[in-house]
Amino acid sequence: MMTMHMFARWLKSPRPYLMLVGFALFLGFWYLSVEAWKLPRFREMPGFTSVIKEWLSPDPVYGLSIYTAEYYTHIWVSIWRVAQAFFLATLLGVPFGLFLGWSSKFREYVFPVFETLRPIPILAWVPLAIVIFIATESAVIYLTFLASFFATALNTMLGVQSIDESYIRAAHCLGAKNRQVFMHIVIPGALPFIFTGLQISVGVAWFSLVAAEMVSGQYGLGYVINTSYMMVRYPTIVIGMITLGAVGYATSAMVRILGDYLMQWRVRELALGGN
Amino acid sequence: MDAAAAQLAGRAATAVGRGAIRIEDVVKIYDPEGAAVMAVDHCTLDINAGEICMIVGPSGCGKTTLLNAVEGFHEITSGRILLDGEVLCSTENPKAAPGSDRIVVFQNGALFPWKSNLENIAFGPVMQGKLSRAEANEKALNMMADAGLSGVEHNYPGEVSSGMRRRVEIVRALMNDPKVLLLDEPYRALDSLTKSVMHEALLEIYYKNRVTIFFITHDLEEAIFLGHKVAIMTTRPCRPKKILDVDIPHPRDYSVLTSRRFRELMEETNEAVHEEALKAFAAGEKEG
Repeated sequence: MMTMHMFARWLKSPRPYLMLVGFALFLGFWYLSVEAWKLPRFREMPGFTSVIKEWLSPDPVYGLSIYTAEYYTHIWVSIWRVAQAFFLATLLGVPFGLFLGWSSKFREYVFPVFETLRPIPILAWVPLAIVIFIATESAVIYLTFLASFFATALNTMLGVQSIDESYIRAAHCLGAKNRQVFMHIVIPGALPFIFTGLQISVGVAWFSLVAAEMVSGQYGLGYVINTSYMMVRYPTIVIGMITLGAVGYATSAMVRILGDYLMQWRVRELALGGN
Repeated sequence: MDAAAAQLAGRAATAVGRGAIRIEDVVKIYDPEGAAVMAVDHCTLDINAGEICMIVGPSGCGKTTLLNAVEGFHEITSGRILLDGEVLCSTENPKAAPGSDRIVVFQNGALFPWKSNLENIAFGPVMQGKLSRAEANEKALNMMADAGLSGVEHNYPGEVSSGMRRRVEIVRALMNDPKVLLLDEPYRALDSLTKSVMHEALLEIYYKNRVTIFFITHDLEEAIFLGHKVAIMTTRPCRPKKILDVDIPHPRDYSVLTSRRFRELMEETNEAVHEEALKAFAAGEKEG
C-alpha cells in the first residue's frame, strides 16, 4: 500500500520526467556523435542503434543478446560473485569496524596495519591473489571482497566514533551495562554510517569484480567486456557495460531500501525536515 | 497527635529523607600535571532532600563539572560528595559510580533517536532487569499519560517538538525512581514561550514526585522561579558566591514572576550574577 502510494506520488512529481530527459540527452548525444555527425574520435565506437539492435536481436551477430542464455549466465555469475563477496565483507567488516570504534586498545593494535593495507589498489593484489588462491573463482571473490571489506569496516568505525557521548552517558546513567550499551546504543547509533559504508562497499565490489574478471575467470560481465575487446566485438562491450550499470544500480538501490527499512527513525525524521 | 497524623508525618519524613546531597570542600583541577586549570575551588553546598536547588553561573564557570562529579562522569581532585549520608566520591575514591539513583537530563537532550518515546522511557528498568519489557511498557504508558504525553508513545523523538522531547526525557529519568535529577541547562535551546510552558510542566511533575532536583542554569529568572534554593556561583574556579533561600511558597505558577517578592529577590541577586558574568566575559571563557 505504502509503496504504491509513494510510487503514485513519485509519478506526479517532476522527478521521473527530469530523469527521462537526462537519459534522452545522454543517448541523443551518443547517437549524434557516432552515427549522425561521425565525429573523428568516435569512429571506432559502436553506435547507439547498432548496440540496441544487437542487444535486442534474437540472432545476434556477435553471439550475445537478451535472447541468448549465455547473456544471463554471465550476469548471474557476476551477481553471485558480488553477493558472496559483499556478504562476507559485511559479515566480517561490520563487527570488525564496531570493535575498532568501540575499543581504543584494539584500534591501537590494528588500525595502523589496516590503514597501510587499505590504500593498496585492488589491481595490485591480483598477482598475489592468484598465487594464494589456486582456484580462479576464489581469487576473484577474494579481490572483490577486499575492497568491500575496507569500505565497510572504515565507515562502521567512523559510525561508532560519531555517536554523541551523551547517549552513552545517558545509557550508563539509566543502569545499562557495557554489553547493553554496545547492543542498544553503539550498534543502532552507528547504523547510518554502516549503511553509507555498505553503499560504497557494493559499488567498489562491482568495480573490483570487473577488474578481477578481466584478469582471470571464464564467465562474468568483466570477462565479456575483456574478451569482446580482444575479439573486436565492439557492440558486445557496450552491452556488457550497460548491463553492469543497470545491475550495479539495482544492487545499490537494494542496499538503500534495506537501510531505510532498518532506520525508520531516520526516514521519519528526514521526512519531517521538509525533504 | 493521633495515629493517622503520626503515620502521615512518618511518611512525609521518609519522603523527605531521600536525595539529600552534601558537597563538601570539593576541588577539581583539570590536567593537574600540565596546565592545572582549577574548575571547582573548595566548593561546599548542602541540598536538602526533595528540594529544587538551582545552580546559577555564567557559561563555562564550572557548574557542569560539579554535576559531572555528582553523577560520576568525572573524578574530583579532593573533597567529598555524599548522597543521603553515603559517600559517592571522595579524595580516596575520586570517581562516583554512575547509577540510576542520580539521573542526568542533558543540555542537548539525549533521548535515543532510534528508539520510540515509549522504548526510551522503558529503557532504564528493562536494562537493569527490574521490570519485564511488558511491565516497563505499562508503567511507561501510565507515566506518559500523567505527564501529558499521550499520543506520542510510538513516535520517535525526532518527530515531536523539542519541548515534548524534554518532557519525555524527564519522564525517562523518573521511571527509575531516582533520588536526584540532575538537569544541565535543559531549556537552554528553547524559545522563551516554550520555556515558560516547560517550567510549569516541570513543576507539575515535581509536585507529584518531590524528587531532589539539581538544576544548572545561567538564567536567574528561571532559577528564582523554580528553586527552593539558588546558589550563585563564581566563575572559574567555581564556588558558591551567594546562596539564596527563595521564600516564595510552592506550588508556584507564572503569576509569581510579576509578584513583588520575586522582583525583590531578583534585585537582591542580580548584581552578584552580573559581576560573575562580567568576569567570565573578560576571561573569555568558552562554553563548557
